[in-house]
Amino acid sequence: MSDIRLENITKRFGDSVALDDISIQIKDREFFVLLGPTGAGKTTTLRVIAGLEKQNKGSVYFDGQNVNSLMPADRDTAFVFQQYSLYPSMSVYDNLAFPLRSPLRKTPEDEIRKRVLEAAEKLRIMHLIERKTAKLSGGEMQRVSIGRAIVRNPRIFLMDEPLSNLDAKLRESLRVELKHLQKTQGSTTLFVTHDQIEALTMADRIAVLDAGKLLQIGTPHDIYDRPATTFVAQLVGTPKINLLNARRENGSLNIVQSTLSVPTPMNETPEEVLIGIRPEDVKPGSGQYRGQLVLTEPLGVETILHIKSGEQILTSVVPGTATYRLGEELPFALERERLHFFHMDGVRLS
Amino acid sequence: MATIELHNVEKKFGESFAVKPLNMKINNGEFIVFLGPSGCGKTTTLRMISGLEAVTSGNILFNGRDVTWLHPSQRDIAFVFQFFALYSHMTARENISFPLQAQGLNKSDIKQQVASVAKLLKIDHILDMRPGSLSGGDQQRVALARSLVRKPAAFLMDEPLGALDAEFRESMRAEIKQLHIDQGATTVYVTHDQVEAMAMADRIVIMSNAVVQQIGSPAEVYHNPSNLFVARFIGSPGMNLVNGEYRQGMINLPGDNQYRVPDRWRSRLDKDLPSSGKVIVGFRPEAVRVTQEGQMRANVYASDLHGGYSMLHFEVADGSIIHARAGRGLDYAIGTPVRFDIEPDMVRFFNPETEAAMVNRE
Repeated sequence: MSDIRLENITKRFGDSVALDDISIQIKDREFFVLLGPTGAGKTTTLRVIAGLEKQNKGSVYFDGQNVNSLMPADRDTAFVFQQYSLYPSMSVYDNLAFPLRSPLRKTPEDEIRKRVLEAAEKLRIMHLIERKTAKLSGGEMQRVSIGRAIVRNPRIFLMDEPLSNLDAKLRESLRVELKHLQKTQGSTTLFVTHDQIEALTMADRIAVLDAGKLLQIGTPHDIYDRPATTFVAQLVGTPKINLLNARRENGSLNIVQSTLSVPTPMNETPEEVLIGIRPEDVKPGSGQYRGQLVLTEPLGVETILHIKSGEQILTSVVPGTATYRLGEELPFALERERLHFFHMDGVRLS
Repeated sequence: MATIELHNVEKKFGESFAVKPLNMKINNGEFIVFLGPSGCGKTTTLRMISGLEAVTSGNILFNGRDVTWLHPSQRDIAFVFQFFALYSHMTARENISFPLQAQGLNKSDIKQQVASVAKLLKIDHILDMRPGSLSGGDQQRVALARSLVRKPAAFLMDEPLGALDAEFRESMRAEIKQLHIDQGATTVYVTHDQVEAMAMADRIVIMSNAVVQQIGSPAEVYHNPSNLFVARFIGSPGMNLVNGEYRQGMINLPGDNQYRVPDRWRSRLDKDLPSSGKVIVGFRPEAVRVTQEGQMRANVYASDLHGGYSMLHFEVADGSIIHARAGRGLDYAIGTPVRFDIEPDMVRFFNPETEAAMVNRE
């Protein structure tokens, strides 16, 4: 197990900058998630760490040691991909044992057996151990792929969207298992995803990337509660954060095209700002604001309300047991201390 | 405007059923969602309603009129697909006008109707652009406009949001529902995404293995699933389902846990359970109350933040995991012992042999 340090990494492909001066420190035993849309540079970061891609500038350190000149095989990382690459005609056991049987490793067969069975136990695939991998479901195959990384006991796990090919239910349960496994193994893990819920639920810390730039690093709470930019604010959370344009007048911020208004958060609030309000912080029932209920989306555990005030529509999340009538006038409150304020260019007001 | 009736509608490919005999009536103005995993028969059902697929047997009625053997074009329906199927060489305006031109409307009528539907879908500003230069969401809006402009009796939509990014999907979902509320056209919508189905439907038809598992409102299928399949499929995560053994008002659960059955369920369980007493106890994650006096014991397997709330995952003795929804501040170390109760109104029971939910008629 290792800590990882990326120092001013820049990576270009021709004229396009895939990574723009990225510095990240990943602690030993940390579950670290790189989150961002397609083209953010997440996978490139992973490949630079693995040594599969050579950066144009900057350095990679494992445990304080510069690994720039080390070949991928010598960096001792294990990669898990979205597409599982298993040997279909081999049993689960042999697939798991395969990396250990490499002539370079010279692992004794009883040690192999011990490690394989341990990994199978942890991944709940003990009952499949004799089965050919071609006969497995997608979720089982991905478990085997993860198992194959685990048996090697590498310094670092690198996972590139390993859950995104699975159906929603399976993703949900593997998310929980993977988190449990990582915490009980204490393996340093770098996990790439575009799925905000995977990032929030699994990470110790998240780095949000967009177009090769690092936007924010923080715990899931930091990212969700104090997004550094409107991009980050909109990337995490479902339903999406309400983002409203507001103008400063007489000590308050008036939200445009509505009668909504909130006190200015600080003395030097600019003339014009964007206000972010998470749906769970729009609380219907009582309060100083009023709006019309124009749409409801009952999701079972909770219901999304769309409340129209002037020309603005705010989404609100309430428990699924609450009952509201479409079209009714609703009083509502905004959770003051959970409002987010951004400059018009998207940067959070400090 | 249309009612749609399906009478013993079935579809076989060779000897295997794609859809087993299906009976239902879709009311005028209703938003019906067919939901299920791939291969369950939902799209085949939609295609039979549209006439793109012939029924093997049974009858389909629109407004009481038998349309079973009518060509799709004679059914007065509009189809919206996952892939937008727009003409790439035409502007958005030309794409939307196309069905009206085909109907032989005059130019000024076409212009007026296109303008009104464009306003409704908020695409006025992109009417002169070609599909290739539009975002996925806007392309789907143009496709919707093209089907809306004809004012068909019914809309049939096959995973229309399936090809969109998550961020678009959420807002388009609300837009389509809003459009439905404004227009009130009978809509049959197919998806594999239970969140979409819950959010949009008046009633959901849940299918699996060519068979309808349940037809009900979002609240019904969520709170009173008819069987284990529905209990698992609806909700994220699905319903917690724990194996137990019933005896005289108590259920023995894994890990020496005992659950006292709420009084109003006792007579039903006494009467309906298999003689083994084997039963499956079901409850939603939000029905779990973590409290020091809780009846049941488990250990924390993992806990995670979902944004506005947290989810705790407990492991019980047989290795099964129980999910509990909790306030967003809650976080426990792995292995922490916890005690919890189940909200008595939210507990459900299933027969493990038939997989059917037990119904309490009191």
